[in-house]
Amino acid sequence: MRTRNDSMSKGIDWLMIWLYAALVTIGLLMIFANEYKEGESYLQPIINQSKDYGKQALWIGICAVLATFILLTDSKFFTATANLMYGLGILLCILALVIGTEVKGSKSWIVLGGLRLQPSELCKVFTCLALAKYISRQDTDFTKMKAQLIGGAIALAPAFITIAQNETGLALVYFSFFLVMYREGLPPFILIAGASVAVLLILSLILSVQTLMITFAVIALLVLWLMRRQLKRNRMLVWIVVGVWGLSSFISAVAVPYGINTLMKPYQRDRIYSLVGKLYVPQNPEELAELEKVKAKSRGKSQNQSEYNVIQSKIAIGSGRLTGKGYLKGTQTRYDFVPEQRTDFIFCTIGEGFGFLGSLVFLSLYALLLFRIIIIAERQRSTFSRVYAYGVGSIYFFHIAINICMTIGLAPVIGIPLPLISYGGSSLLTFTMLLFILIRLDADRQMVLR
Amino acid sequence: MPVFNQSRSRVIQLIFIIVFLVIVGQLFNLQILSSKYTELALDNAVAKKIVYPSRGIIYDRKHRAILDNISKFDFIVTPNQVKGIDTFSLCTILGIDTTEFRKRIVNCITKNGRYRPSVFEPLVSPQVQAQLDENMYKFPGFYLSERPIRSYPYKVAAHVLGYVGEVDTTIIRKSGNFYQMGDYVGRTGLEASYEKVLMGQRGVKFLIKDNKNRIQGPYEGGVLDTASLAGRNLYSSLDIELQQLAEQLMNSKIGGLVAINPKTGGILAMASGPSFDPNDLAGAMFRKNYGRMVMDTARPLYNRAIKGQYPPGSTFKPIGGLIALDEGLITPAYGYPCGGAYYACSRAVKCTHAGHGHAATLRAAIANSCNSYFVNVFRMAIDNPKYQSPHKGYLKWKEYMNAFGLGVRLGVDLPSEDRASVPDTSGYNRDYGNPNWNSCFMQTLGIGQDRMTATPIQMANAMCIIANKGYYYTPHFVDSIQGESAEDTVLAKYRIKHSPLHISDDSYEAIHAGMNDVTVYGTAVSAKIDGIDLCAKTGTAQNPHGKNHSIFVAFAPRQDPKIAMAVVVENSGYGGTWAGPITSLMIEKYLNDTIAEKRKPLLKRISEADLIPSAIKHWYYVKDSLRRVRLAKEVNENTPIEASPVVPRKTTFDPDAEPNRRDTGSGEDPRKFYMNLPGEIRVKKDTAKL
Repeated sequence: MRTRNDSMSKGIDWLMIWLYAALVTIGLLMIFANEYKEGESYLQPIINQSKDYGKQALWIGICAVLATFILLTDSKFFTATANLMYGLGILLCILALVIGTEVKGSKSWIVLGGLRLQPSELCKVFTCLALAKYISRQDTDFTKMKAQLIGGAIALAPAFITIAQNETGLALVYFSFFLVMYREGLPPFILIAGASVAVLLILSLILSVQTLMITFAVIALLVLWLMRRQLKRNRMLVWIVVGVWGLSSFISAVAVPYGINTLMKPYQRDRIYSLVGKLYVPQNPEELAELEKVKAKSRGKSQNQSEYNVIQSKIAIGSGRLTGKGYLKGTQTRYDFVPEQRTDFIFCTIGEGFGFLGSLVFLSLYALLLFRIIIIAERQRSTFSRVYAYGVGSIYFFHIAINICMTIGLAPVIGIPLPLISYGGSSLLTFTMLLFILIRLDADRQMVLR
Repeated sequence: MPVFNQSRSRVIQLIFIIVFLVIVGQLFNLQILSSKYTELALDNAVAKKIVYPSRGIIYDRKHRAILDNISKFDFIVTPNQVKGIDTFSLCTILGIDTTEFRKRIVNCITKNGRYRPSVFEPLVSPQVQAQLDENMYKFPGFYLSERPIRSYPYKVAAHVLGYVGEVDTTIIRKSGNFYQMGDYVGRTGLEASYEKVLMGQRGVKFLIKDNKNRIQGPYEGGVLDTASLAGRNLYSSLDIELQQLAEQLMNSKIGGLVAINPKTGGILAMASGPSFDPNDLAGAMFRKNYGRMVMDTARPLYNRAIKGQYPPGSTFKPIGGLIALDEGLITPAYGYPCGGAYYACSRAVKCTHAGHGHAATLRAAIANSCNSYFVNVFRMAIDNPKYQSPHKGYLKWKEYMNAFGLGVRLGVDLPSEDRASVPDTSGYNRDYGNPNWNSCFMQTLGIGQDRMTATPIQMANAMCIIANKGYYYTPHFVDSIQGESAEDTVLAKYRIKHSPLHISDDSYEAIHAGMNDVTVYGTAVSAKIDGIDLCAKTGTAQNPHGKNHSIFVAFAPRQDPKIAMAVVVENSGYGGTWAGPITSLMIEKYLNDTIAEKRKPLLKRISEADLIPSAIKHWYYVKDSLRRVRLAKEVNENTPIEASPVVPRKTTFDPDAEPNRRDTGSGEDPRKFYMNLPGEIRVKKDTAKL
């Protein structure tokens, strides 16, 4: 495997590689804990690929090979082919939409023999590279509106294709590139406004209108009180604060209910509500009947079950208490109480088996990884490498935050994997590529790449 | 490079930190602050399963199992695993059609869900079980599951052994929720009396189940489990062969029979007629059979040996004699000039014998069962000058009675034993006025009539006292418990020797001589057994329900008593006619272990005699006709229905006999007619014969 020979290992960040190895190993062990039943042979499934942990072990092997190839590649290759690969990725995504096989209601998979590939997953890497390439162009001034619009378009183009593929969760990941663009000069209010609107929309679905109205009023008064000095000098600020307050009240009290209740069909409403873990029961008997019909048709599909998923996931994590039940001892995760527990809800296994302390250790590994990525980003000489590093950090961060928040009931269940831990070849491949391209670029941090 | 680089990097790091802190906060909330998730997880994944131990076995005195456990098989199905089975051959084996098959599967799914096993056919017969076993490979998703059932291999002693049944809410409440819905508990007989011993100790198993409630294995490797302890066996004094003979003899008769070993108080046989096969109340047919028996007018579930209250009639006379002897009122040589009736009081008491000298001595009076003699002796005891007033004399007499075990609960190890009745003075004070009454008012108490009743077990126990010349052990069935320790106190009271009376042996000898003569030349010559010195006394008790009860008490051998008995056959006639031969055959069987060839015809005649009162037969007849009419109606709606032979009849109402019935003034409600036992009712009950 990788030996410390000069040409290849020079400048390689070994901490990153150890962190990667640790996380991948934890992931494999968790999938194993989920699937393994007492008394079975545990090598057999790895050899004959009959179980998920066997397949995951194979994927890890493939990733190790791929990682080696990436480390052996010249850094210039990535800058040179960034746009080409981006175009190819977009093409693959469209191809999946056209000729892809439908899996669990989403048309994002290309099946080649026994291998299933999700191009929109891999497209994250290409988008990241392409964005880095565009921003690092000599004639790009990212403080300008035009450049920002083009950057946004590069980041969001795959997202729209992914939405068309019915993979909302995956599409949302592309919005994490706004974090990169913010770092490169995007005005902060876009970030704040975007995040605020997202939080506002979710809150208006979860909380009652009365609670929200009171909260908004309290916040508005608080802001006015805190800014009373500035307000004396600039009367306009009052109107801005009042305007923001009025707008958010309007959105949550009028726009969201109108949008949901009038513009959407009952099954869409049901999906939206189950996304935030709420049960939707229509008042109108006709609607109820229609909804029942749709639900009966799509029985077994994950969306309807979100509420149950979140409850079971919280039970599993909550029952871990301080130190957890021990490896292979979790009753909830080992006996299939938590659905999707090898993919989206893999964190339950950690929470139940190792408790609060174990989760803390696990989270600190991720934190270490993220901060290391930022340190690496900031030590790059070339803009390309820095933008790419921030892209990697943002994608990882978005995945980690949303996935874990989803399992502990803080975020809607949008079905995105936990990086390097969740079962799944495409996702593991993507995150490996993201990370190892970064390690490769970092090894050449003294070079200026364009 | 723009100047905001560094600060924006800080902002991004800050965002990371905030989000991680939020996550840690929520984890702290879920894992440390709220404890409900642990409980929810246990509810989710851990199933508590009660492990029932096998119930104890009951053995007879020769250590033959008379109440055992056998395994029957339930045919179980797990609906979601039923795939591609040979439905046709399955239906052929079970004798059902495919519609029924589908119906049962749907039933199972609605009751228990498709992932959990449900009973498809309970308690399959051995033949079907063998066929299923052979073809099981054709039926994936089906399997046979063992289930222990109580079994009575000798098919007798239903009233003694009792049965187990599902607990009801009353039992659960009384047990302080020890029992749970669906548990089985001894409902009557020894099964109920020794429930704690027989049931053993339940175990608890904690099992892991998955999201579809399927059992996955032991929880925590089984360290929390408690093992179940098998129920302990009981060794009883019952002699199963004797019991079989008793039930054979009591066949088609109503009444009770008790045989006790006077040396130990151990009950050798106890029968109540009519009886039933106890296996009818074990297993799948319980509900149906129980319903039928509860509705039966002859009350087969009623244990007449401990609950039937009968006037003892002449069988009481030896006790009357003993009391008079002990009080020094008479000597064995005392005689009474009976001329066919007792005339000393205003109402004459008839006597079957008029011949001179049939009551010349106590011995002759017992042998001939002279009514006048014992009414006289009773009156002497009540009017004893020692006690100054008949009231005090009566109370003294009652003291004697209770010492003989009459009018008190003996404490046999069966539930709901009756006390029967030896009245105290209050009833007489109420009816005759205090202090106006005297010994004449209750003169027939001296011959076991009037207001006195006794159960067969009380009569048999009194016989034990006479046989033992003063002492007795409380009658009981269970001699010992397997692995008995100091904690088992249930049997202690059956090992205490009671000698409440201090009557001299000479007095007992005098009585024994008279009772021996009963079978030599007296009223029960037919009960004589060659080579056995049998002491006995017949009784023919008048009662308000119909023909006289045939009663017989006895013990044998005279010198070394090994068995004491009492038999009552309701409404059948003289004591020597039915109860006598039954007792005699039982004693012969017990002492000689067999019945002599020349007495086999007697055995056959008695066993086959049908002495069920005509009123009960009439009830059966009515019930059968009604059922036939109903069936005919079901078969063909157009069949003309024949008029039922029931004509509502006015029945006489006797408040003494049916204390729970309110006099509605008429017997016109036709339903009442079916439920009661009318017969010829005699209101005049103070006259006694024999």
